[in-house]
Amino acid sequence: MMKKIFSITAIVLFFSIQTAFAEPLGLPPVPIPADNPQSKAKIALGEKLFNDPRFSSTGDVSCATCHDAAKGFADGPLKTSEGIKGLTGTRNAPTVLNAAYMKSQFWDGREPDLEGQSKGPFINPVEMGLENHEPILTLVRADRTYWKMFRKVFGLKKKEALTMDHVAKAIASFERTIISGDSPFDHYYFTNDKAAMTPAAVRGFNVFLEQGRCVSCHTVSQTHALFTDSRFHNLNVNFNSISGGVKALARRQQQDKADGVDLDVSILTDKAVAELGRFVVTGQWRDIGAFKTPTLRNVDLTAPYMHDGSIKTLEDVVDFYNNGGVVKAGDPVNSFQSGGIRPLGLSDTQKADLVAFLKMLTSPLN
Amino acid sequence: MSIINRRTLLKTGGTFVAGACLPLTNIRLAFADQSQDFTFAYISDSHIQHIKGTKFVRNWDQGLKRAVAEANLMSPKPDFVMYGGDLAQLGTREELDHGFEIMSALKHKTHYVMGEHDYYADLGEYWSSQVGKQYYSFDHKGVHIIVLNSILTDDHWTHERWANGTERMGVMAGLDDPRGSPFMVGAAQRKWLANDLKDISKDTPIIVFSHSPLQKLFKNWNFWTDDAELVQAILQPFDSVTVFYGHVHQIQYNQIGNITFHSVMATAWPWPYPESYAQAENHMPHLTVPINRADPFFERDATGWQYVDINSGKATVKFSLTENEPRTVSYDAKRGHPVDTKYVSRSKPPQNHY
Ligand SMILES: [Fe+2]
Ligand SMILES: [Fe+2]
Repeated sequence: MMKKIFSITAIVLFFSIQTAFAEPLGLPPVPIPADNPQSKAKIALGEKLFNDPRFSSTGDVSCATCHDAAKGFADGPLKTSEGIKGLTGTRNAPTVLNAAYMKSQFWDGREPDLEGQSKGPFINPVEMGLENHEPILTLVRADRTYWKMFRKVFGLKKKEALTMDHVAKAIASFERTIISGDSPFDHYYFTNDKAAMTPAAVRGFNVFLEQGRCVSCHTVSQTHALFTDSRFHNLNVNFNSISGGVKALARRQQQDKADGVDLDVSILTDKAVAELGRFVVTGQWRDIGAFKTPTLRNVDLTAPYMHDGSIKTLEDVVDFYNNGGVVKAGDPVNSFQSGGIRPLGLSDTQKADLVAFLKMLTSPLN
Repeated sequence: MSIINRRTLLKTGGTFVAGACLPLTNIRLAFADQSQDFTFAYISDSHIQHIKGTKFVRNWDQGLKRAVAEANLMSPKPDFVMYGGDLAQLGTREELDHGFEIMSALKHKTHYVMGEHDYYADLGEYWSSQVGKQYYSFDHKGVHIIVLNSILTDDHWTHERWANGTERMGVMAGLDDPRGSPFMVGAAQRKWLANDLKDISKDTPIIVFSHSPLQKLFKNWNFWTDDAELVQAILQPFDSVTVFYGHVHQIQYNQIGNITFHSVMATAWPWPYPESYAQAENHMPHLTVPINRADPFFERDATGWQYVDINSGKATVKFSLTENEPRTVSYDAKRGHPVDTKYVSRSKPPQNHY
């Protein structure tokens, strides 16, 4: 039996070992940026930073608070993440698992890489709440253990040379070890072990590929499966909450952006702006209300679902898609909805099979 | 936590947002009289298709709805919206009504061009009862604007060959149906056009809207107007003429003498690009086989709509493409023809042999 709740140490150990040698079954090599090569010491430093709550204004929120290894590196059952003083943002915490493969980070892709992403939450008023990155640097320069680690990892001579980029690189290095494959699906599909999945899941995979049209965005290739196209789509999840005033809202957001208002802040503190999705980054009409396709690996562990955590169970997610992007069949969809989302006409058995398949994407604990 | 004071920002910030929400005329020609500058939106080829009862093809509906929703976001507002034809698929009252209803969500004044899919069921009768004239002209900010019905054909084909309008429409609706007939503007409209232009000074910028290209591109698919040369001859004496056409469901641009040609995108589906015009046998694919797409999920791939900036009579066409990067085709005064500002091969001259 697969265990769904892991201990932090165990999972981290497992993933680190995986990266040091070969990728787990079903995954391509982890892309490593040329200017931030992996090293054991750097990964260990990143892990320490990731779990350290002292980098928040209240001293009790760390990266791991919302990206909890025991919860698939997310923070279910919270709909949207909880930062300092119980403040909540507008987005469901995306899992760190396999984030290393994403072509952009955050639900709207506003950061190109993990290095960029890792700097944001520290200084977001509803996440870790620091005014700026200075307190982090003061802390790691003063802390003997941290300074020793940074000096060794990055070859630093003087404490002043330690910058936020070093902190971000270490965290990103650690996150590049949080990868997971080797699921029952991987054994079924990539090693041709026909007994690896239940008959219902095998039928469900067929629904996934054909009538369910899931694979169009949650991609599977010949040699590996990331279950994401790294693109952005308007599914109509909660768009109707702003569809009455898109023009004024979009204009206000673009004006704020031009005036230098931090995107991280406006997205996480303004529910309406958050619903504009990818548009806030590109300013292009085609991206209105569009969000990045998340991976489906370990999806059974990361409820609730969608960018705002508004759908509780996998069964409900399947119903949502089956209805053409609405919770209640027949409800209206917005004019910006992606073309591929349409009523699917799945039977109850097909829907159940699809859910059975999704549960085969959970990676085991070694 | 107070993050920003928006009111203060807006009051003090003279910052100019060049985002997509505020598309701005950004290419001004030297000596331009800005009172002649304006922007209009252009939506075309939605092919609204009736299934039965209250059911219509969802994908075509969504394509038009999206274009309408995006056009409504334009700021400043466009001066008008031009609809480029083929609102319906089989020209029925149900399809046209459904299309007009979706179009009614537009917050701007709208003009229409006749497409063959709107016309051949009842020879434009219902369309005209809702829209008005099939060809007409008006003046706007110093530009003379002409709308033509270019999808007519000869009387024999129109009146003698078919049992009824439905059969006639069915034949014309097949893009590559060999029983079809080449489009033409026709003698009556050409006479009207010459007369309409009689008192217009030669330096007045002219914009012509038609559904078929007023040039000969590919006869087998009716990317074609049979009397194109005769129409062009009427327009050629003017210093600056720009022709916009729908029908081809793809981006095309061309320059013939003083006439600049721009096609517009369809909101429904893209056509592949015909290789060239050939009277002889050719090997273009039969369209009875569905177009092979790289990614069938993206049903809006290669569809979209566009808005057009007019500066001193010259057009900059900005394509809003749902699943692709936006594109801009703009008149290049130095080269004397339109160029795709990003994708054009700089070494290739435009075709001018038709
Ligand atoms: Fe058309
Ligand atoms: Fe047409």
